[in-house]
Amino acid sequence: MWFKRDKTPKAPAPEKKVKIPEGLWVKCDNCKEIVYKKEIDRNLKVCPKCDYHFRISAKERLDLVVDEGSFVEHDADVAPVDFLDFKDTAKYKDKLKTYQAKTGQKDAVISCTAAIGGLPANLVVMDFGFMGGSMGSVVGEKISRAAERSAESGVPLIIFSSSGGARMQEGVLSLMQMAKTSAALARLGKKGVPFISVLTDPTFGGVSASFSSLGDLIIAEPRSLIGFAGPRVIEQTIKAQLPEGFQRAEFQMEHGQVDMIVDRKHMKDTLAKILEFFGRG
Amino acid sequence: MAYNYLEFEKPIAELEARIEDLRLAAGTNMDVEEETGKLSQKVEDLKEKIFSNLSPWQKTQVARHQDRPNAEDYIRLLTRDFMEMHGDRGFSDDPAITGGMAWYDGSPVMLIAHNKGRMTKDKIMRNFGMPHPEGYRKALRMMKMAEKFGRPIITLIDTAGAYPGIGAEERGQSEAIARNLLEMSALRVPIIAVVIGEGGSGGALALGVGNRVLMLEHSIYSVISPEGCAAILWNDGAKAAEAAELLRLTAQDLLKLKVIDEIIKEPLGGAHRDVDATAKALDKALKKHLKELVKMSPDELAEDRYVKFRAMGKFVTA
Repeated sequence: MWFKRDKTPKAPAPEKKVKIPEGLWVKCDNCKEIVYKKEIDRNLKVCPKCDYHFRISAKERLDLVVDEGSFVEHDADVAPVDFLDFKDTAKYKDKLKTYQAKTGQKDAVISCTAAIGGLPANLVVMDFGFMGGSMGSVVGEKISRAAERSAESGVPLIIFSSSGGARMQEGVLSLMQMAKTSAALARLGKKGVPFISVLTDPTFGGVSASFSSLGDLIIAEPRSLIGFAGPRVIEQTIKAQLPEGFQRAEFQMEHGQVDMIVDRKHMKDTLAKILEFFGRG
Repeated sequence: MAYNYLEFEKPIAELEARIEDLRLAAGTNMDVEEETGKLSQKVEDLKEKIFSNLSPWQKTQVARHQDRPNAEDYIRLLTRDFMEMHGDRGFSDDPAITGGMAWYDGSPVMLIAHNKGRMTKDKIMRNFGMPHPEGYRKALRMMKMAEKFGRPIITLIDTAGAYPGIGAEERGQSEAIARNLLEMSALRVPIIAVVIGEGGSGGALALGVGNRVLMLEHSIYSVISPEGCAAILWNDGAKAAEAAELLRLTAQDLLKLKVIDEIIKEPLGGAHRDVDATAKALDKALKKHLKELVKMSPDELAEDRYVKFRAMGKFVTA
């Protein structure tokens, strides 16, 4: 034998710690590649390596889809209250304050009238960064008001969803927001005003089982997780692993739940074309 | 009579066992009337004490009691000529929801209910009352038919929730529930929804958009199950009792929050102690509300329902 095994195995080389300067580089949640943050930002918060669409805030979303200078906000003063004195790991009251400070918003949704490609629309954009985009009284109220505003004016309604579902901290009144928003959309539909629902990662539970699924058109961002029950709950219930790609936007389109999957970079153009198709009134 | 006692009913169980023993012994020669009478009174007092102070978690257990009367009991006791309808005309028939045409109080109505089933085999066949999308679509088909022919709708709610499974997701569980909410809100016939046991989240609400929403005294209605809530908040489903406390899911809480219109009193010890008496109480409430609703025009009914749900929610404008 021309080589000899070293009797004492070498201690494994210490793992090389790659030091990533804070904020300069990010690891993609999907492909795990380290990507230059500026490159992701330039690419509309989409991973240039794997096309993963990062979750973005409501404000970032609006910047991407509405015409500059056309944004008029509605109901910014509608604020949540801790009417149940809900306290789990922290008081709901305090959680609200924390998220309000973090996002600069009163709750998980921004409502506005704006133009997209020169055409007016009422937009409601959910913010996953505010308590997981959960729907409580404020989210339900602002969506219902937007639907009523559209019914009144004939301006189409567009809702961007991004939510884990109903907000437990408002108990059964959160559940009732599902009925409230759906009822408002029923009226909008009777008026013949279009409602376009855009599903982004993630859209679940009480949000997906109410207004989100009621669009005349339902659009999804690529690879978004969309469903009624969360994958963990389903796995625990059926005691089996879920198939690859389960509940992704592509899966939902294959099963007839979504009209089209639209890349973030084409979202604005697509919405403009849709608004053009529906016309005004 | 052998009851399936719940944990907190232990003192009642012990006393009732003693009465039973005495009665058996009396068969020989002892006169036990006086003694059993005293004990029976004690049992009633104890039941009164326990059942007027049930915790939210105890109520959850009563609402889920294996002997709790279910939709089939009420259909049998309160209606005649019930003709069950089947299928969503698209995929299949979902036995987790039972519904059809029936005569109630001398009038034709559409009756739609979650059905948990009774014996094990039946429960499994009915998926323990957890509907798939086709169940909700069947319900919607029946509701639209009721609207077409001007028949009032009565729904009985009793489900842990819509089923979280692969097929349910593939066939659009979310859409099925959402569609029911939208359509129900605008139906032009009277709708009365009664939570008879468990009102589990969106799967319950999908039959729950009524002009009147009523609840049996020990039923529950919640945005999420106590177990699910505990799992999310503390990663520990065993803390369900605490979560039940937080969620305000009792009929009494919901009346305070103005989510429901009336609480239907149950017999002492819970609905399962006296099914006939429970049915009678339900009957009385249904008659009262139906009488009011049939006076309203189709437009008024739809408007009434819209206004009712539109007003739900608590927020401030600051």
